[in-house]
Amino acid sequence: MRIGSPKEVMPGEARVAMTPDSALQLQKLGHECFIETSAGTAARFSDQDYRDAGVTVLDNAAQLFERVDVVTKVRPPIESELDRLSPGQTLIGFFDPAGNEALLEKAKALKANVIAMEMVPRISRAQKMDALSSMANIAGYRAVIEAGNNFGRFFTGQITAAGKVPPAKVLVVGAGVAGLAAIGTAQSLGAIVRAFDVRPEVAEQIESMGAEFLFLDFDDSQDGAATGGYAAPSSPEFREKQLALFLGQASEVDIVITTALIPNREAPELWTKEMVEKMKPGSVIVDLAAEKGGNCKLTVADEKIVTENGVTLIGYTDFPSRMAAQASTLYSTNIRHMVADLTPEKDGQIHHNMDDDVIRSSTVTFNGEITFPPPPPKIQAIASKKVEKVPEKTPEEKAADETEAFAKAGRQQTKLLVIGAVLTALIGSVAPADFMQHFIVFVLAIFIGFQVIWGVAHSLHTPLMAITNAISGIIVLGALLQLDADGSTVVTVLAGIAVLIATVNIVGGFMVTRRMLQMFKKS
Amino acid sequence: MTFGLQTAAYIAATVLFILALGGLSNQEKAKRAVWFGIIGMAIAVIATIAGPGVEVSPMLIGIIVTGALIGALVANRVEMTGMPQLVAALHSFVGLAAVFIGINSDMTAHDFPSSAAQVIHEVEVFLGVFIGAVTFTGSIIAYGKLAGKIGGKALILPGRHLWNIFLVGGSLILLVMYMNHAGSWTLYAMTILSLILGAHLVMAIGGADMPVVVSMLNSYSGWAAAATGFLLGNDLLIVTGALVGSSGAILSYIMCKAMNRQFVAVILGGWGDASGPAMEIDGEQVAIDVDGVASSLDDADSVVIVPGYGMAVAQAQQSVSELTRRLRAKGKLVRFAIHPVAGRLPGHMNVLLAEAKVPYDIVLEMDEINDDFANTDVVIVIGSNDIVNPAAQEDPNSPIAGMPVLEVWNARQVFVSKRGQGTGYSGIENPLFFKENTRMLYGDAKTSLDELLKKIN
Repeated sequence: MRIGSPKEVMPGEARVAMTPDSALQLQKLGHECFIETSAGTAARFSDQDYRDAGVTVLDNAAQLFERVDVVTKVRPPIESELDRLSPGQTLIGFFDPAGNEALLEKAKALKANVIAMEMVPRISRAQKMDALSSMANIAGYRAVIEAGNNFGRFFTGQITAAGKVPPAKVLVVGAGVAGLAAIGTAQSLGAIVRAFDVRPEVAEQIESMGAEFLFLDFDDSQDGAATGGYAAPSSPEFREKQLALFLGQASEVDIVITTALIPNREAPELWTKEMVEKMKPGSVIVDLAAEKGGNCKLTVADEKIVTENGVTLIGYTDFPSRMAAQASTLYSTNIRHMVADLTPEKDGQIHHNMDDDVIRSSTVTFNGEITFPPPPPKIQAIASKKVEKVPEKTPEEKAADETEAFAKAGRQQTKLLVIGAVLTALIGSVAPADFMQHFIVFVLAIFIGFQVIWGVAHSLHTPLMAITNAISGIIVLGALLQLDADGSTVVTVLAGIAVLIATVNIVGGFMVTRRMLQMFKKS
Repeated sequence: MTFGLQTAAYIAATVLFILALGGLSNQEKAKRAVWFGIIGMAIAVIATIAGPGVEVSPMLIGIIVTGALIGALVANRVEMTGMPQLVAALHSFVGLAAVFIGINSDMTAHDFPSSAAQVIHEVEVFLGVFIGAVTFTGSIIAYGKLAGKIGGKALILPGRHLWNIFLVGGSLILLVMYMNHAGSWTLYAMTILSLILGAHLVMAIGGADMPVVVSMLNSYSGWAAAATGFLLGNDLLIVTGALVGSSGAILSYIMCKAMNRQFVAVILGGWGDASGPAMEIDGEQVAIDVDGVASSLDDADSVVIVPGYGMAVAQAQQSVSELTRRLRAKGKLVRFAIHPVAGRLPGHMNVLLAEAKVPYDIVLEMDEINDDFANTDVVIVIGSNDIVNPAAQEDPNSPIAGMPVLEVWNARQVFVSKRGQGTGYSGIENPLFFKENTRMLYGDAKTSLDELLKKIN
């Protein structure tokens, strides 16, 4: 099949959906690659680079759309682009199917097959095609860089001969992919990073990146695993508490990066005017949700503004495009993986398998039908992991538990003692006094044995065994006493043998123990 | 020597024995502790010989000197790796001595003050002989298995529990007959039954359970001595026997806990029956040569070595010690992880490493080191298998499910030195060998390590 990418028409868009590297990989799948001239220029890929990778460079978009079977793009197509699609042609790229009904209808009428990259389900298998995540990763990184660019201080605290510099305090709101990337970047620049998210289960991820999780004590916390890893809209009570938390932070932090977006909704307002006013002059807010209205309502999309109290508000919506080369590399790799899934035999033949969960979910029009929204995926997005809440025990409860365990051990001991007493009484009632005296010695010796042996170091268990073995040779006493008893020859012979082997045992046992212990040396 | 003086000597001996056992709480005190034991024993023997009822004859001296010479010879000649066999063999002597003493006591005429005393005496004779005989044959079989003279696999006869019940029941019936004056033949018959019982019990236990068996036999030999003490009315024998008996029992208990097994289940033989098919293992064992291991070790900061019985078999402890010395000289953190049942005796590995002059303060127990594996760069497993088998945690159907194991797979890289691709002593497949961070270094442990030493200077 022929696959091609046109130059992006959106003003300011510098990314490209195919790089020389991804083209090489696509060719390995048996496809032929095409690109519109100067499509990669803004991302620093020259036409010559593409030619070197075996890509055919075409003069204009019209030619490209005519020649190829699969068009790969970054931004959703504008109408004039869509018009160029012919029946049976496949378009792969961002499409915004939920907010773009007119385009969807048009694609259906054209009988073009459209795969929307933002519809790739968030399951492990599809991670390699998850362009939203790879773009969000860049956005998070770039947000910190932009903030630093507009922030007049170091991120890291320094004590220099010229004075002390406090570290920057960064607050990241929303710990999705972008948020986590921002945390990691700010952290590695040396800032003090705090982060907040409505999903308590991400606390662990936040802490793993080295940031402090701002904990909001609220019962009705939600489980993001049920909603494909996204946060769901929160209740008014929760919001109120959350805003109070942020208000407290506002006067403290230097940089705020908000990343709270819920798919197909206006961005929730998290950073109010009041908070902006409380911030110190020179502080920076980067609003990654600017495209959807912003988490701060003062944000102006695509612009950088400075408020009256000197707070810089950055509302750029093109963070990935600002790192076009990196973004294109990642995005084209996502696209390439998608094409690879569409070419299961690696024979250059596209097999649009609508039974495949990933392909089905991301396809929005197919054979003149609108296939959006997709049915719920068969596999749940993220394994739902309920964190077992073990209620913290109060000191009283702990004390009660201890008393209980102690009492239980006591009862057990009492039971054993009673049984022991009964048995001893039974023996005592029949046995002669002489026997009972030996019996006392016997029982006491067992007790001493138990007490003493527990203290033996594990590494000395073999010497212990050897020495107890030597000591058990004490049986020689019995044999000695019988040796001279006026019995038959048999008795004497047997006793003699017993003395002999018991002596072997004693001497051998002790000598071996000594040999072993001699070897233990400290470093 | 008067009876009173003899008793005083016995008291001194008892105290010394207790000090000897208690002194084993650490390595430094232990060296002194042995002397307590030796002096205690000397006092006891001399007091007995000098005491009433024993006549010092040249023959007696001859026997004792011969025995002492044989013992000294054996103890000096034995290789440290042959320790388990030696200990097992020595146990059999105690058992046999107990049998002889019991039979002698039966042959000697006695006057009893009461019928109760006679009953007790007869029970004591029977018990002493019974325990002694079980210890004797059990130890001999254990010796054979440990020395490799008998196959290590558990021999499970059909209806083995019935056999045991029959043998014990038969002995009980003979006891009743003996007490009803059926004659000495009942004692001899019982001796034969208990000899069979001892052999059968140990035959049914697999090689991997040997640490438990040895310490159990140790315990038995103590009880045999205690029974003899009752028989002869000798308190020193009773005390010492009880000390040894309880010490062996505790050791067995510690071993069983380390393997997450019931004591009774171990004693009655074999691994527990698995309840379902064993987990399928995916992947393959990837081999590596010594160059690869050497370069990994070069990059590593922390190394943990997990020795097992294989190291003892290959006599590789000296090479391991040399490897440790060189790695430590390079400033790397080298430690040893010892599983409670590694080897064929409790603490077996510690003794071997000590012999090779590995400092004991870098030799750690399982509980001390298990949490550190995640921060370890390289783990070298030398000839151990079951004690590093992740199936114990992952596969509920595995025969060793629930047994605490060394979690070596959490380390960055695991090297396993192993003779071939076969399974371990217990015959269980080990998923560790198939893990992605595991590399197999095939070949005799000593040869492999010596090769490795050439690459590390």
